[in-house]
Amino acid sequence: MSNVLVLVGIFVLAAFLIVLGLGLSRRAQRQGPAEDRPDATGIASTTPATRARPRLRDRLAKTRATLAGPLQALRIRGRVDGETWDDLEEALLLADVGVATTGRLLDELRANALQLAASEPAQVIELLKAQLVAELDGDTDRSLTRADAGPTVWMFVGVNGVGKTTAIAKLAQREAGDGHTVVLAAADTFRAAAAEQLAHWGDRVGAAVVRGQEGADPGSVVFDAISAAQARGADLVLVDTAGRVHTKVNLMNELEKLRRVAERGPGVLTEVLLVIDATTGQNGLAQARQFADAVDVTGVVLTKLDGSAKGGIVLAIEAELGIPVKVVGVGESADDVVPFDPVEFVDALFA
Amino acid sequence: MFEALSDRFDGIFTRLRSRGRLSERDIDEVAREIRIALLEADVNVAVVKSFIARVKERAQGAEVAKSLSPAQQVIKIVHEELVTTLGGATGKLTMSPKPPTVVMLAGLQGSGKTTAAGKLARLLHSDGGRVLLVGADLQRPAAVEQLRVLGERVGVPVYSEGRDPVKVVKGALREADRLDATVVIVDTAGRLQIDADLMDELRRVGKAAQPHDSLLVVDAMTGQEAVSVAEAFDDAVGLDGVILTKIDGDARGGAALSVKEVVGKPILFAGTGEKLEDFEPFHPDRMASRILGMGDVLTLIEKAEEAFDREEVEEAEAKLRKGELTLEDFLQQMRQVRKMGPLQSLVGMLPGMPKELRDAEVDEGELGKVEAIICSMTPDERRQPSLINGSRRLRIARGSGTTTQDVNALLKQFKMVQQMMRQVARGKRPQLPLPGR
Repeated sequence: MSNVLVLVGIFVLAAFLIVLGLGLSRRAQRQGPAEDRPDATGIASTTPATRARPRLRDRLAKTRATLAGPLQALRIRGRVDGETWDDLEEALLLADVGVATTGRLLDELRANALQLAASEPAQVIELLKAQLVAELDGDTDRSLTRADAGPTVWMFVGVNGVGKTTAIAKLAQREAGDGHTVVLAAADTFRAAAAEQLAHWGDRVGAAVVRGQEGADPGSVVFDAISAAQARGADLVLVDTAGRVHTKVNLMNELEKLRRVAERGPGVLTEVLLVIDATTGQNGLAQARQFADAVDVTGVVLTKLDGSAKGGIVLAIEAELGIPVKVVGVGESADDVVPFDPVEFVDALFA
Repeated sequence: MFEALSDRFDGIFTRLRSRGRLSERDIDEVAREIRIALLEADVNVAVVKSFIARVKERAQGAEVAKSLSPAQQVIKIVHEELVTTLGGATGKLTMSPKPPTVVMLAGLQGSGKTTAAGKLARLLHSDGGRVLLVGADLQRPAAVEQLRVLGERVGVPVYSEGRDPVKVVKGALREADRLDATVVIVDTAGRLQIDADLMDELRRVGKAAQPHDSLLVVDAMTGQEAVSVAEAFDDAVGLDGVILTKIDGDARGGAALSVKEVVGKPILFAGTGEKLEDFEPFHPDRMASRILGMGDVLTLIEKAEEAFDREEVEEAEAKLRKGELTLEDFLQQMRQVRKMGPLQSLVGMLPGMPKELRDAEVDEGELGKVEAIICSMTPDERRQPSLINGSRRLRIARGSGTTTQDVNALLKQFKMVQQMMRQVARGKRPQLPLPGR
């Protein structure tokens, strides 16, 4: 028993170590909004490609038809009462929007509904949707930026199992189809057979894959890939990194280093994309915060939205951290990567 | 979070105490706070409802009203109820009386099935089982390669012959007979629960495998979806248990509660890290604390037991009692604490840590600096820091590649820790001096 006491004492000590000298976070000045980053390095936003691309709505139609939305019953009810608000709250919570964001949204909605004298549930639902779309729409730039000269580098980060490799494969196919020459950097040298998985995709979509030994330094893979892209005149490098839980300091440090390597090579790093699984709950916000802190995330790739999960956590991520969703993954084939569309996303939220 | 929850409760109960009895309104208010806490932990909305109903019933009983600290009492009830709900025996698979026992893993894409298969194989292999791993995930490119690499690391054979998962499983069962395997672990492809074709395929794989344990693999970070996922998989193959993965992050893991409530079968194992050994029996009590944000003292103590030497602990205890703590001990303890893992995750496990502290980012490099400074001191200086004068300070700073300011800061902090430790020795709860930002 006394041993336990001592241990507790030592933990308190550990806590002191942390509090006292070892410093509260050195959240560097790096915390500024994403806009005032690389700019000066010759990055220009490309115009969206003209080729017709699959839309989120089409991809989600199947899912939506199979599910009776939580708001169906609400819509046909006659008047707005306490139950209406409860149902709306439940719908938002079920979409993983989170308690805090839901509360804020509903407070705004109440004020709006009162002002506009909305008396029918259907009206209130439409108001809520409009409110959400307005919040997402703004003047957010959701395009993936490219460098003017030299290979463009997009780096993909995220926790384990969110679908980084698959998302990269799909984007590679899309970009190759648009006439870009793509090089894939298999910088996930940790997970068994991660490089093989990417190599399979590389073969399928016709992109060169640069890989190292398992357990090799991922930085060297990134550097080699960018150099190879430069040498071959490829214009896009997609960097696959190992999944990592955002609470592991050393792994996040490694990622920071990887970012620096990507910046130092002959290419231009224009996007650091955080991949988030649509089934993720409230932890998504913590993930976004930590990754943004470590590597200045420029956008979110929301994967697996073809399931019944709604991915509502991205609302909180956009609102609190200002990181826009740029790409959505909705299925297994290479066509299944689509630009994020606020209207369609909000529709699907209540589908 | 725990702090926040108990703070909220305290507010409610201070008013209550003067009246001595819980009114319906009080209970509703308490229930609302619990609801928020659970929802923030990703427990499914519907599950929260039924859970709250149970807690409410118990909270209305006399046990709360008479208690001296009703807030703590209610938290205790919530915690107990969580443990009961999550509960059941831990870490035991149903073993077939006639080997081989077949274990089938199923779940969404990216939930960690293949890794869990490898970890489970390692666990059973080290318990003396003859394990055969079966790669029936023919969807994801290189999934079978991944399993092969894991099998090689664990030292168990991997079977994956055939183009169709049902055939793979049938072949694997024959192979298991041939190898006289005691356990067969089938890794299936990840699939969405709403994908009718793939769920049908899973049904057929299940029929061919006739598993003694159909296990659902669930990511601890899953949100509200956990319920429909569990329902659909249970429907398709009749689940016998759950493996909860990726609990090494900071997700509160409410999904565990959602899944347990739906499936009604025990959560058997938890994946706790990237390494193959990072796999343990599921502990309902720890998960309950975690969902409530109460820290995870038990895991912490376990880690400490691994990292600390018994004699050293006893020695430290003696010194602690006398209030004598030298820089030497400080260094030793710091090293041991660091052996337990990243400080940040340790702090997260401490109950009742102020939020600032838990959210603080720990710069591990800074710890190295402290180590260097102490290592640059003579043994005398470490025992008696008051010896350190200007020129010694300069020497220490040079020797450790730091500045005299750094050395000064460390000495000052150490003094504070010493004072704190004296308080502990006197049996007082030390006051945490929170630094200003």
